[in-house]
Amino acid sequence: MMLANFLQRAIMQGIPLLYGSTGEIITEKSGNLNLGIPGIMYVGGISGVIGAFFYEQHAASLNPVLAVMIPLFCSILGSLLMGLIYSFLTVTLRANQNVTGLALTTFGVGVGNFFGGSLAKLAGSDIPSINLTQTSGFFRKQLFAAGDSGWFGQIFLSHSFLAYASIVISLVTAYVLSHTRIGLQLRAVGENPATADAAGINVGKYKYFATCIGSVTAGLGGLYYVMDYANGVWSNDGFGDRGWLAIALVIFAVWRPNFSILGSILFGGLYIVHMYIRNLDVSGQELFKMLPYVVTILFLIVISMRRKREAQPPAHLGQSYFREER
Amino acid sequence: MAAEPKQKGQIKEPLFHITKRDSIAWQKAWLIRIGAILFALVFSGIVSFLLTKENPLSIYATMLDGAFGTERRVWNLMQSLAMLLCVSVAVTPAFKMRFWNIGAEGQVLAGGLATAACMILFGNKLPSPLLLLVMLIVSIAAGAVWAVIPAFFRAHWQTNETLFTLMMNYIAIQLVSFFVYKWSVPKGSGQVGIINRATHAGWLPTLGKYEYLLNILIVLLVTVTMFVYLKYSKHGYEITVVGESENTARYIGIPVKKVIIRTMLISGAVCGIAGFLLVSGTDHTISRDTAGGRSFTAIMVSWLAKFNPIFMVLTSFLLAFLDKGASQVSTQLGLNKSFSDIITGIIIFFIIGCEFFIQYKVQFREKEAKAS
Repeated sequence: MMLANFLQRAIMQGIPLLYGSTGEIITEKSGNLNLGIPGIMYVGGISGVIGAFFYEQHAASLNPVLAVMIPLFCSILGSLLMGLIYSFLTVTLRANQNVTGLALTTFGVGVGNFFGGSLAKLAGSDIPSINLTQTSGFFRKQLFAAGDSGWFGQIFLSHSFLAYASIVISLVTAYVLSHTRIGLQLRAVGENPATADAAGINVGKYKYFATCIGSVTAGLGGLYYVMDYANGVWSNDGFGDRGWLAIALVIFAVWRPNFSILGSILFGGLYIVHMYIRNLDVSGQELFKMLPYVVTILFLIVISMRRKREAQPPAHLGQSYFREER
Repeated sequence: MAAEPKQKGQIKEPLFHITKRDSIAWQKAWLIRIGAILFALVFSGIVSFLLTKENPLSIYATMLDGAFGTERRVWNLMQSLAMLLCVSVAVTPAFKMRFWNIGAEGQVLAGGLATAACMILFGNKLPSPLLLLVMLIVSIAAGAVWAVIPAFFRAHWQTNETLFTLMMNYIAIQLVSFFVYKWSVPKGSGQVGIINRATHAGWLPTLGKYEYLLNILIVLLVTVTMFVYLKYSKHGYEITVVGESENTARYIGIPVKKVIIRTMLISGAVCGIAGFLLVSGTDHTISRDTAGGRSFTAIMVSWLAKFNPIFMVLTSFLLAFLDKGASQVSTQLGLNKSFSDIITGIIIFFIIGCEFFIQYKVQFREKEAKAS
């Protein structure tokens, strides 16, 4: 079943993108364009690795619940800190969002690669590389015991809890954004903070919360990548450009988390399609790896030409808000 | 945060409030900036100490040694300063226009790829000066084309340029990968290796014994030209007006679409020069890492210098120094070289943060007795 195998791999590729794009959508809805997402996803991944590393080093035998909860907690804490740095600089200090975001990416990727490359040495242990197969085993546990029940099981039921969590999170986000008071107020902040402020909405608070929740969500994508996709083996720059692809997915999903579920599978598929084409030489594969980016550009052009109101970014995306500046 | 009335007639004043400064003396502004950098250095010293348990002072000493320790290191520092400066100058006109070109990476790579293609295809067929000229022109054209595509769509349909240029980076990277495999020596190794190692055809000549001197001089020329262009030419004025407000620009009769496309053309062309210098004057090879993430650092350099090409010499010096210094620290302690990215990130956070205190004034609540 090549198709089933392809779809299963596409979904696995898509999950980190889904986490990243859901996080970025939450952030962008508050008017913050966080280009630090790639860095945050690295930090989310490496924080989980650090937590798991120390737990594996210090525990005599691993308790399955703790082995999952410790990395999860560390990952959330790490990405939360990144979100706080971004919010403090752009909301409280009103710094330029693009520059802050890019600095955050430099910093985050640096943190990821630095600890990935030096963690063992810093901790004074003599293992050559970080290999968290045991912890990864707990993360990869299939939620439904249906891995071998035909193509349906392989595509839909063979995943781990973080994969299903990503879909639940994006569905919940979609619901909160469009059907609740909090979602409405958040969108108001992103569209027109001055009006929102006049209506008594605490703009700064919404921006802080949205950015931090968004960061934590995106960071989980990094954790999923290391623990599930990469079998608990951290390799520097292994996460690659997926963070940027997640930002591209936000546009592709026209700022709707429920659309990004399908979008992420599509992008995941485009990312790996070159492995499934026969008689393709290495240079041809490199051309095929362009596909997700080309598709995003084409889509970007199409939505900008059609000018549909629902498909536009939040009106105040990328701008800081200062009450006394009208 | 809104002040809550406690009782009738008595209103609680917030602890402090923030007002925008009209202007600030430049001495004071620079004092704040230098203070922020000092704070950042102390803070990164503490971080380094926590990570490595080394004496912070010796870490600073190692950084200085890594940047200035030997004559060779000084030249390397100057070279990486020049390349960073070149890309920073390239992105500046677009940023001044509030066109968020984060695709310099792709534009530099497009230029570099064009240079490498000329070196491989015409390497031994054209006389050296002609070859260099062809290389320069082709790489400028390649960089410009890579930049004009997003500019065209932005000008006509408001297509989001930040994301468009970002995606163009990866298309350029994959294109380079494609050609690297095509040209790889030996076949299938995935590396081009040094191009024209024996003949040095298409290599930028070295002036005297200084390998990178010509690169540095070209970059200085580009920087000064860009400064004059932005400050004293009509084009520079148009860029500033479009950056302030597209509607104003349209109202006073500036052809906004034309300005956007023209400015990005220039931005891309300078990126093309950077690609040319990297391939022909520095690496003599091409790989997907040729641009090496410089374009993202360049954005910070340009922004920190307030889009002034002359100040960019200082800011790119700061970042190039941090990079060289911190990589020396990581080599000496056997740590991963990404250590320098962490330090760079911290310092930039501080500098970004300090701009707030230059633009705004924080006034604390006065004492109760005084207030009433």
